[in-house]
Amino acid sequence: MIETQVLVVGGGATGVGVARDAALRGLRVVLVERHDLAEGTTGRFHGLLHSGGRYVVKDPRSARECMDENRILRRIAAHCIEDTGGLFVCTPGDDEEYADGFVAACAEAGIEAEEIGAAEALRREPRLHPGLARAFSVPDAAVDTWRLVGACADDVERRGGTVLRRHEVVSLIVEADAVRGALVRDARSGDEVEVRAEMTVSATGAWAGQLAAMAGCDVHVRGGRGIMVALNHRLTHAVVNRCRMPSDSDILVPAHTVCVLGTTDVSTDDPDDTAVPADEVRQMLADGSEMVPHIRAARVLRAWAGIRPLYSEGDTGAATRDLTRDLTLLDHREREGVGGFLTITGGKLTTFRLMAEVTVDAVCEHLGVDAPCTTADELLPGSGDGHLLTVGERLAERERNLHDEQIVCECELVTRGMLLDAAATRPVVSLDDLRRATRLGMGPCQGGFCIPRAAGLLAAAGAMDAPAVNAAVRAFVEERWKGGWPILEGRQARQMRLDDWMFHGALDIDHLPG
Amino acid sequence: MSVDIRGSLDNCVKCTICETFCPVAQATPLFPGPKYAGPQSERYREPGTSVDASLDYCSGCGICTQVCPQGVDIAEINARARAQMRTERGMPLRDRLIARPTLLGRLAQPVAPVANAVMRTGLARRAAESALGIHRDAALPSFSARTLQSRARRRRRPGGAGRTVVYFHGCAANYNEPDVGMMAIEVLEHNGFEVIVPPQGCCGLPLQSNGNFGPARSHTRELVSRLAPLARDGHMIVANSTSCGLMLKREAREILGIDDPDLALVGERMFDICELLRDLHDAGELRTDFHPLPMRVPYHQPCQGRGHGFGKPALDLLRLIPELEVIETDRECCGVAGTYGLKKEKYEIAMRVGASLFADIAEARADCTACDSETCRWHIAKATGVPALHPLELLHRAYRLS
Repeated sequence: MIETQVLVVGGGATGVGVARDAALRGLRVVLVERHDLAEGTTGRFHGLLHSGGRYVVKDPRSARECMDENRILRRIAAHCIEDTGGLFVCTPGDDEEYADGFVAACAEAGIEAEEIGAAEALRREPRLHPGLARAFSVPDAAVDTWRLVGACADDVERRGGTVLRRHEVVSLIVEADAVRGALVRDARSGDEVEVRAEMTVSATGAWAGQLAAMAGCDVHVRGGRGIMVALNHRLTHAVVNRCRMPSDSDILVPAHTVCVLGTTDVSTDDPDDTAVPADEVRQMLADGSEMVPHIRAARVLRAWAGIRPLYSEGDTGAATRDLTRDLTLLDHREREGVGGFLTITGGKLTTFRLMAEVTVDAVCEHLGVDAPCTTADELLPGSGDGHLLTVGERLAERERNLHDEQIVCECELVTRGMLLDAAATRPVVSLDDLRRATRLGMGPCQGGFCIPRAAGLLAAAGAMDAPAVNAAVRAFVEERWKGGWPILEGRQARQMRLDDWMFHGALDIDHLPG
Repeated sequence: MSVDIRGSLDNCVKCTICETFCPVAQATPLFPGPKYAGPQSERYREPGTSVDASLDYCSGCGICTQVCPQGVDIAEINARARAQMRTERGMPLRDRLIARPTLLGRLAQPVAPVANAVMRTGLARRAAESALGIHRDAALPSFSARTLQSRARRRRRPGGAGRTVVYFHGCAANYNEPDVGMMAIEVLEHNGFEVIVPPQGCCGLPLQSNGNFGPARSHTRELVSRLAPLARDGHMIVANSTSCGLMLKREAREILGIDDPDLALVGERMFDICELLRDLHDAGELRTDFHPLPMRVPYHQPCQGRGHGFGKPALDLLRLIPELEVIETDRECCGVAGTYGLKKEKYEIAMRVGASLFADIAEARADCTACDSETCRWHIAKATGVPALHPLELLHRAYRLS
């Protein structure tokens, strides 16, 4: 049995944010995540750190929150943020009236927007549509979500908290109208352990309904499924947004070596519904090419879907696109008379710190603890020198050790040392765990060349035995195919064919033991 | 940008064929290879953040692009990235100097005998090495007291020619090897061409390969402005140097990104001299009154010659000469790659790259070697001690025009 003050369920950005905030206020905290950190919605978005420009006309309060958090995160999580800058562009045929309202709304919300003109936008980003009517710059940025979540989790542990990956809640412990923790199962050993806590926080996002039901509470989160498509290299170095009411396929975000085109919004009640309909992908590429015509000719690496947790009390069945992106904190003592239990849902990655602050304020109130929130000032581990992330940082690192570091994944420049370090510092059940930690297999060859190398290294280092490694390779290849099917054409199809020959022709992975 | 060089990285399937063919990567660990420096590293580059100085060890020979089965413009990606790096990090004085053959030619020509004598002394070469970083043992050309331009103006022209051709001689024939230039003119005239030698400057290739794109573009545009009116009049243009010809055919557009109809026109009308003569022979119009040359000659095609994609026209022509035994060397690269092998920190690499070619030449026990490109000839001759000739010189000799 583990005893703690606060149990946080869910290892996405919101969950680790809550755990970090609680730990910083001196609370004893345990976080449980049934899979890997940032494997759900947090690991499946486009990577945009909002300036707020996207919501400024529709939801000014949300926009202002984004801008405030954007400034804070650049300071406390510098190494996770790339200052790409953002552009809002009017493509031919876009309603320019929206643009006029946009500038005014940005000024109102404190977002530094500047009209730079189409010519300057094209000078900065030659791949933009040559017929742009207007262009505005905003302080959008890109965020490395895995690095951010990892840094928060490290900070929790540094401050005495506990982070348990691969631990699933079997049931909530409910005693005398209050939740007093949970029974959790270690997915790898099958062992069950009781985590007793004074307060339990559900940071399960789209899955909040499932956890709340264990306490007899009724929470209806609507899922807004959005697909993303990764293009093989950066077509623009700044975030590009279409200057109109938020809609499908109107945002392009540089994310490390790739750029991500997003997104769609399809209502779903199944938080595990991460299907990627091929027609949605085709439509998105067509729409995206109205901003950046080259998208039509570009190589598409893969597509995936994430589920936005959208909540509105007394949901009227409005389109998910029109549901608020605001955070929602549900106190189940007030709502259903179940004490010791909070649900935090809604929101977006940009505001994860704020979501945590609001949540832990409520936790402190429940516990009768008077401790102010310090997460806006305390730097995350790794951000101490204030250097923001750059796309070239890995290349610069390789340049420094070109002759003494073996490269395992050439596309994403992952070295043998990086891979084995990652394997030594976390429970590895899949090669995807290492992908999230290092970007292994995320480049153009999608693992064709690096996964066999990585498998050999992991087995040799004793991180996994041979049968487990073989099974992990098969699972990885299967997962990559899932992201590849909806976009399988042209040059990526050629690559996947080559990979397939290597995996099935040369290595015969389907018949390896394990 | 009319040609999307960066976008071609999307064609890469990581097959590594380019790395297995790269002569520099095989000769030194200092260059991480064309795939690494090109399609791989390009994904990490954005304006203003050059971080990979190892890129500078690429010699720009262009073999990677030629062997890529997928159509990645590897050498071109690397050339542009190098130029970006030079813009950000500055340009050594040496690289500004050796990339301006016209300037050097103009300075040295009036005092050629003195300049040549001085540059042959070990003292001067050691000084050039320590002050400028030009390796003391690198092959430097000597300068001629009279330019090809002045000799061509004063030459006797044969009357009654039917066809015309514009002669683009390049810097080397003008300042360093006017004899070769005169032989080219005489071979063309022997085949019934009236040869027009317009005033002309440098094509910009050395500046381009040293990553100095701004001045390179000015040189290219200046030269194009002189050649374009002649091309518009329907004249063919014939280039003496394979690399300068390729610059106007392709590289100025692809690497420098010059999107100009005049350049395109000049490129379309541009022929390498051996290409023109071979095409003439294919049409049954080349004079074949060759006298026997009983000798053995290894022939090395320069990398830039392969870049034309026209086969090996020099080899085809040499094989027309009776009793001339031509040995096709079939080695990748001699190592010098224009100005690369002159540089103090790269000379040893250039010698290692060329080692197998030099061994072939030594083994052939030949009186001379044939190669179309001047910088390659100087480098090969210095490394082997065997004179290196332009294939034209052998044609000229077999025609008994000397």
